[in-house]
Amino acid sequence: MFDINSYHKANSVDEAIALLSQNPDAIPMAGGTDILVRLHGHNKKFSHLVDIHNVIELQNVTIENDGTIVIGSGMTFTGLAHSSVIRENIPVLNEGGSSVGGPQVRNVATVGGNICNGAPSGDSASPLLVLNATVELKGPDGVRHLPLYEFYQGPGQVDRKDGEIMTCLRIAPGDYKGWSAYYYKYAMREAMDIATIGCAAACKVENGKIAGLRLGFTVAGPTPLRCWRTEEKASGMGANEELLDMVENSVLSDLRPRDSWRAAKDFREQIIKTLAKRVLREALKRNTEME
Amino acid sequence: MIRTISSTVNSKPVTWRIDVRMSLAEVLRTNGFTSVKEGCGVGECGACAVLIDDVTVDSCLFLAIWADGCNIRTAEGESRGGELSEVQQAYLDSGAVQCGFCTPGLVMSSTEFVEKHRGEKVSREKIRKEHAGHICRCTGYEGIIRAVEQCMKPYEKHKSTDS
Amino acid sequence: MVVGKAVQRVDGVAKVTGKARYTDDFTMPGMRVAKYLRSTISHGRVTFIDTSQAKALPGVDGVFTFQDVPKRIYATAGHPFSLDPHHMDVADRYLLTDHVRYMGDEIAIVVAVNDLVATKALSLIDVEYESYQPLVEVSDILSKDAVEIHKGSGNIVKSHSFVAGGDLDAVKEECDRLIKGRYKTQIVQHCHLENHTAYAYMDDLDRIVIVSSTQIPHIARRIVGEALEMDVGFIRVIKPAIGGGFGNKQDVILEPMVAFLTKKLDGIPVRLKLDREEGMIGTRVRHPFDVKVQVGLDREGTVKLIDFDALSITGAYASHGHSIVSAGAAKTHYMYPRAVYSCKTKTIYSNIPAAGAMRAYGSPQMTFAIECAMEEAARSFGMDSVEFRLKNGARAGDKSQITKKPIMTCGLLDSIYKGKELINWDKKRAAWSAEQTGQVRNGLGVAIFSYGSGTYPVCVEPASARLILNQDGSAHLQVGATEIGQGSDTALAQMAAETLGFTFEKIHVVSAQDTDVTPFDTGSYASRQTYVTGQAVMRTAEQLKTKILAHASVITGLDSELITIVGDDIVIAEDPKIAVLSVRDVAIDAYYNKERGGQITAEATYKVRNNPHVFGCTFVDITVDIPLCRVKINEIYNVHDSGIIINPVTAEGQVHGGMAMGIGAALFEELMVDPDSGKIYNNNLLDYKVPTIMDIPDLGAAFIETNEPTHPYGSKSLGEPPIISQAPAIRNAILDATGVAINELPMSPKTIFKYFKNAGLI
Repeated sequence: MFDINSYHKANSVDEAIALLSQNPDAIPMAGGTDILVRLHGHNKKFSHLVDIHNVIELQNVTIENDGTIVIGSGMTFTGLAHSSVIRENIPVLNEGGSSVGGPQVRNVATVGGNICNGAPSGDSASPLLVLNATVELKGPDGVRHLPLYEFYQGPGQVDRKDGEIMTCLRIAPGDYKGWSAYYYKYAMREAMDIATIGCAAACKVENGKIAGLRLGFTVAGPTPLRCWRTEEKASGMGANEELLDMVENSVLSDLRPRDSWRAAKDFREQIIKTLAKRVLREALKRNTEME
Repeated sequence: MIRTISSTVNSKPVTWRIDVRMSLAEVLRTNGFTSVKEGCGVGECGACAVLIDDVTVDSCLFLAIWADGCNIRTAEGESRGGELSEVQQAYLDSGAVQCGFCTPGLVMSSTEFVEKHRGEKVSREKIRKEHAGHICRCTGYEGIIRAVEQCMKPYEKHKSTDS
Repeated sequence: MVVGKAVQRVDGVAKVTGKARYTDDFTMPGMRVAKYLRSTISHGRVTFIDTSQAKALPGVDGVFTFQDVPKRIYATAGHPFSLDPHHMDVADRYLLTDHVRYMGDEIAIVVAVNDLVATKALSLIDVEYESYQPLVEVSDILSKDAVEIHKGSGNIVKSHSFVAGGDLDAVKEECDRLIKGRYKTQIVQHCHLENHTAYAYMDDLDRIVIVSSTQIPHIARRIVGEALEMDVGFIRVIKPAIGGGFGNKQDVILEPMVAFLTKKLDGIPVRLKLDREEGMIGTRVRHPFDVKVQVGLDREGTVKLIDFDALSITGAYASHGHSIVSAGAAKTHYMYPRAVYSCKTKTIYSNIPAAGAMRAYGSPQMTFAIECAMEEAARSFGMDSVEFRLKNGARAGDKSQITKKPIMTCGLLDSIYKGKELINWDKKRAAWSAEQTGQVRNGLGVAIFSYGSGTYPVCVEPASARLILNQDGSAHLQVGATEIGQGSDTALAQMAAETLGFTFEKIHVVSAQDTDVTPFDTGSYASRQTYVTGQAVMRTAEQLKTKILAHASVITGLDSELITIVGDDIVIAEDPKIAVLSVRDVAIDAYYNKERGGQITAEATYKVRNNPHVFGCTFVDITVDIPLCRVKINEIYNVHDSGIIINPVTAEGQVHGGMAMGIGAALFEELMVDPDSGKIYNNNLLDYKVPTIMDIPDLGAAFIETNEPTHPYGSKSLGEPPIISQAPAIRNAILDATGVAINELPMSPKTIFKYFKNAGLI
């Protein structure tokens, strides 16, 4: 039996917000694949729950008239893999999503939970970062939007205020149309693992030159990070080996990998440099294929 | 924290009074479905996998209350009248069973796989990818892959032309 | 013929339907759960403990501390009892302790109505410690000022040395070349899917019944008796289906405690079940070794001597520590038996979880050292790795330098030829240029192994079996040997059917061992069951057959010499097509004829006094991605001489499983210790990297069947050997691909990074 102190089941977003407001210690639980693990370890911080597992309105992917993709936070990774909107427009998200845990976990774990747990290693984080995703939060004071990179505040910390639920992630048409992207998860195993380093790259090439480049990394700092300096340097460069060398040499200046028992800093740096180059090469290749 | 849930387990309707703090694994085991094994309790081994509405989940990381109204399948229900399912028989033929502790969970993943991909020509890579949520420490997985291949073979529509 | 056929395993249907019952699948009304209070420091003493609040918590039946347990020290290693006082296991445990020797040591235990109450009660126990310096690094452990982890030990469990086959110094003098190397192996954990679990109750006020996931029910019974100062007649151990053990359940870990608890609590049933996180520190692990090797060769590249100096770390308690490193050394000697063999070993304590038996018992560590050094030797002569092993490897007729007995059957060279062919060695060698450049390179590797069949002459090898003819003409087979997933029940049933002339379906194996019922056998370890227990089964089956024929003779008036059993019928020996009556007819008559007969049973016990060695090799083809520090296995084969194969499907399964475990230890797995605190970082299945189905390539297994004359069916051991030789083969392939010799395990990306960086490759 899990060490749960209080439990409230919500059937709608509004009900969830109300329950969270009434129970300030409570946290929302969707798939449970993180929270129930913490409860297995008797972690008291997770013992008051508002259950949003069955809130159907969070479980869809839509595309608005202007092309904005709206991903319900309660979408499971398996659900994303089956979504034609995701598959056809932003397959990079499924490259991240399909690397989460194993199939049984992906059948229940949600993209909202993967982001809201604030893990520096979240497998959907770097694809969403390079898609410039925006987070939509709904709370007692209404709705607010903020870029995903601002939502992350520190290891295990996100800017979800009391009473708020992350309702969806939004991706604007200008952030995926004409872009190509690729994601690679480097872990100690090929499944059921947390990333040692996760890397996503997105690029837009016009007339052989970089019109846009985004690099997102996980486990390369206290939160998932974008590589702003490198991205800026790349702007306008030719889509060639010179660009790849620049990225390889520059990327560490944007990141803050650290030593831990899981992996040493110098090892992570080696992987970061190698992945930056290889992942971007794949993303560029896809851009060529698109044309 | 006591609630009542009504589900179907292996085609039989059940109504159970449960504590909301209980995992589905715990509830199933308490009610005699001991094919559901606990190897880790945190979704890292897959020994507790069951099908919920024909989708495999780790029942140790799934609150029992979430199964309310669902159709649950466990390894016990896959054999009927003493006859093994094709997946179960293939596991025996291919040497996919040793200590047997991971077996019921893996049988459920294979069952979902075989039902979902029947008629397709599947690669070993695909079989691997969709069985990756299980740890087996005895077989090296080779027998398990062979068992799934044995199940897929008779239904393959698109036989490669060069063989 | 039943032997040699791929009959379906006897426990197969029960396992695929989930109906096989394991320890946790049994429950009793009123059963309580027990939970340990584990220390939060790795070295020191408990100076104060207060359990009053925990005891007062509703739902708590009892709280016991080190103050409450018998003042009786006992050994946990699951060896047979030894009459030689110098060969006893090391007694260094109490049921609970105030002397903390690793982080997680058992200092108190709570019994309560459920897990939540037990956990809550644990949080209410007040403990204060006096801390000593955690001894984790070897230099600290062996320092003169080090606190003794066990009083009087000097932190050394045992030192041992021997030279076999000649005068070491003289041979060294004669050698043309001396290759030196140093190789380190890591802490590996068994990770059987079923955690350790046991429960106990009293069936009356004198007798304790223990149901446990154990490989060694009869030995467990003795050790419970020793720990609780009880005669074994008052103890009954039952082993139901078990979800893997790999040696970790050849140690008596929970049984004495559950017996103690039920005894304390008036016989109520108490279950003690470790969760995964606890089990990974609180049971046993594989000993890490640090081995220095010298290989001496003459100018033709003939191996003349192998000289070891091996250090093994046993952790907090001795368990099997005193025997593993020397067992590993003795068993690996058979790989190159024509060389002089010298071995110095030392096993030391440390403030980390206790190491014990694990599949192949010291051989994987020793073989890693030898087969790495042999690779250096071959390369120093510019010899092909395969040719070198063909030249120096064991052959039938070679004599063991240790036992002085000849090796009767040895399929090593044929195994090497077979492996070479399977992996296409020569063609790939020719195609891949010797000096590769680029970020991604290919490599080929080989390593050989040898292993024993049982523990003789180090330990006694008793095995027993009983056969009972049923009224329907079938027979129940009872053995004290334990099925733990390896398929022994099936192999033993095949042998019984073969000898009796029964069809396989007519043998019912009583799979659960029960020390009140099943005859004595020391259990499942040392790959002994097919070889050792098989001989008891054969003798029992011969007896039963003689008795059946004798009764058939009484019925028919035919001389029992003239008849035999074929296909469940009594037939004329000279013309087996003529059936005179069925075995069922004989059984019915024996049971129910008013004037003659009775139940026909047979029982035999047999102590094997042989130990034939098995041989084989691993061949591997890999790709190394240098910048990503990653090894990909393209092809891998294990070839085994295990004598005649009793069941090809289960045998192949043993090889596949061993290969995957070997690959895990080679590339992925390591239990990681914080050197400052002795804390284990990764005691769970997420952070401890057991390979998943994605990480294990297609596996190839092949057998070279020799006919071992000391076994009635020509069989030798198979359970453990498949795990031994993957790590050195892969390491040699990495060397082949990159020129970098990786001399420590696991060869995970983190380790490879370190070596590639030092070599200037990245």
